[in-house]
Amino acid sequence: MAGKKTESLIITGNQAAAIGAKMSRVQVIAAYPITPQSPVTEGLSQFVEMGELKAEYVTVESEHSALSVCITASTVGARAFTATSANGLAYMCEQLHWAAGARLPLVLACVNRAMAAPWNILNDQQDAMSQRDTGWIQIYARDNQEILDSIIQAYKIAETVYVPVMVCYDGYILSHTVMPVEIPRQKDVDRFLPRYKPHTILDPSDPRNLNQVTLANPRLNSIGSLCHGYMELRYLLQEAIEGCSETIVAVDREFGETFGRSWGGMTWSYRLEDADLILMAAGSLATQATVAADELRAQGYRAGVLGLRVYRPFPKQDLIEATSKAGLVLVFDKSISYGNEGPICSDLKSALYRSKSRPVVHGYICGLGGRDIKVRELTEAAIRSLLWVRETESAKPTEWLNCQI
Amino acid sequence: MAVKLTEICNQEDGLAPGHRACIGCGETIIARQILQAIDSPVVAASSTGCLEIVTSPYPFTSWRIPWIHNAFENVATTLAAAETAYRVLIKQGKIEDRGIKFVAFGGDGATYDIGLQFISGVIDRGHRLLYVCLNNEAYMNTGIQRSGATPMGAWTTTTPVGRVVPGKRENRKDITAIMVAHDIPYAAQVAPHAWRDLMTKVQKAVAIDGPSFINALCPCPRGWRYDTDKTIALSKLAAETCVWPLYEVIDGEWKLNFRPSPKRPITDWFQSQGRFAHLLRPENKHLVDEIQEVVDREWERLLERCKVAG
Repeated sequence: MAGKKTESLIITGNQAAAIGAKMSRVQVIAAYPITPQSPVTEGLSQFVEMGELKAEYVTVESEHSALSVCITASTVGARAFTATSANGLAYMCEQLHWAAGARLPLVLACVNRAMAAPWNILNDQQDAMSQRDTGWIQIYARDNQEILDSIIQAYKIAETVYVPVMVCYDGYILSHTVMPVEIPRQKDVDRFLPRYKPHTILDPSDPRNLNQVTLANPRLNSIGSLCHGYMELRYLLQEAIEGCSETIVAVDREFGETFGRSWGGMTWSYRLEDADLILMAAGSLATQATVAADELRAQGYRAGVLGLRVYRPFPKQDLIEATSKAGLVLVFDKSISYGNEGPICSDLKSALYRSKSRPVVHGYICGLGGRDIKVRELTEAAIRSLLWVRETESAKPTEWLNCQI
Repeated sequence: MAVKLTEICNQEDGLAPGHRACIGCGETIIARQILQAIDSPVVAASSTGCLEIVTSPYPFTSWRIPWIHNAFENVATTLAAAETAYRVLIKQGKIEDRGIKFVAFGGDGATYDIGLQFISGVIDRGHRLLYVCLNNEAYMNTGIQRSGATPMGAWTTTTPVGRVVPGKRENRKDITAIMVAHDIPYAAQVAPHAWRDLMTKVQKAVAIDGPSFINALCPCPRGWRYDTDKTIALSKLAAETCVWPLYEVIDGEWKLNFRPSPKRPITDWFQSQGRFAHLLRPENKHLVDEIQEVVDREWERLLERCKVAG
């Protein structure tokens, strides 16, 4: 464990993210203002201005450029950081694919906000969930401490497996809410996260050509070596992402050894040991679900919470094991794959297909566009679901929580 | 900064032979001229487009220098970030300052249209790089579609010549003036036939501690519909008809670099290329007159800006 004299500050999630990036000693920052992310970039520009962070802060003219800058900066050999929300993330979409395809260890803080139209600046997770297939690792933080810690962890993960990491946290609920956050000591962070060793650098004496036209099939180069085609490179990206669970868990464990706290690696649980009824969610909603689980326990139900920390790679085996003894799992999604159901719910069902003991899974859509989710609504949903299982043979359709239509 | 032909001939090209450009392509000629003009190490970037496609079919490359490609629209930003990261790594003592010059190549679609915001941002932020627009006046890589640089009256696959529409109806944007309006320290128009003018301008541009912009006319046999041996002749004709004036703007001061004598009529330009063939039909004479008026007006305005008597 680290020394005893660490500082605790009462700060917002956005401040925690900015401090996390600063302590990771990022070298190039490029970001564009968008609510509710803007305070992250304001905080970082202040750190640069005050000389607390020796980085180049590029005040780009759009989110697309923000990620474009980070992509080249990382290619050249700098540790790069950006942050955005909702429409800004959507505007980056092309470059999200590019960053992952180019295997760059970037970290992006995504302050989760609803997608327009209609226009809405409040929280849900549609923005990040809509980008789940871009090849990024996605971590969902449950509180402000986890935001700061996860950004530091994210660089270590990204720079180990060469896959970019999106650290997601709920807009306003975390981004603009203050809570105590322990600030690690810089020298401990430096020990935990060594200097970035880029795999590509800017060197005229060893010229590299990057992001060339790559055709479908492998091709022989001029000295007769077979070089990958497009599909092989895609396979390697998938292999890296699927295989990085071990890295994520190991990095979280090492973080725990250094700083005295860890976050569960891929998933976390609350009162799950004997739980028959599981509430599952990602982000701050999962924290709230722990209160609902307590209330359900007080009413005599064996309830627990399964928190999804990492959504990509999807922790299939962990989820199979965590749900194997439960009869019923309620998944609360703050986003939807239109024409289907909540993405976490879908993915859980898909993972459980190969499980021998499959619990019943009920999907709930909730909290869209900042709609408040009360603990009472979670407990009532749980009781409705239990009744459904007891009294109804058919599958329960996805329910929209507190949708007044 | 004299440009000597004997020295150029003895230099190694930054762009190797064997690339897959069409015969007579203006782009690769200009790219070579630009790289030969620069005496320092160069890091280059290309937007998606002809130059990128023909030079980089993995696992082969024509670039003998560090080169990066990102997407269609963001080559300015991509290279600006290389310059930024280079600066921060030097400042932190991670790499040594080798006096690298940064050159971005974008087509006219990537410059006039989809990339305009990105270039504007890069100039606004004062990044130290040369942006070169390889201007063949349409989206040639995707098959000759109209761009904001396509001249009035030209046939393209999205401004086809029919009974109703006689080619492109609108005049092209004056992108070089748009760059000058950014208060850019150096902007110029060049064409490959005037190689000494082109290379001298490149040397001036990369010597600047800030952004610079060069708009290079790139004759394109496929898109313009002419024989492949006419590329340099057409480049010259463009300057002589004043459809492509050669000038430079240094810190807001406009300077004319070539004044044709006599100024040739626009019909000479139209006769030289299939994309304008329809304009020579008798029923389209009013269009020829209209376009000649536009060229004359723009030329007069340029003379005024350059403080040259008409």
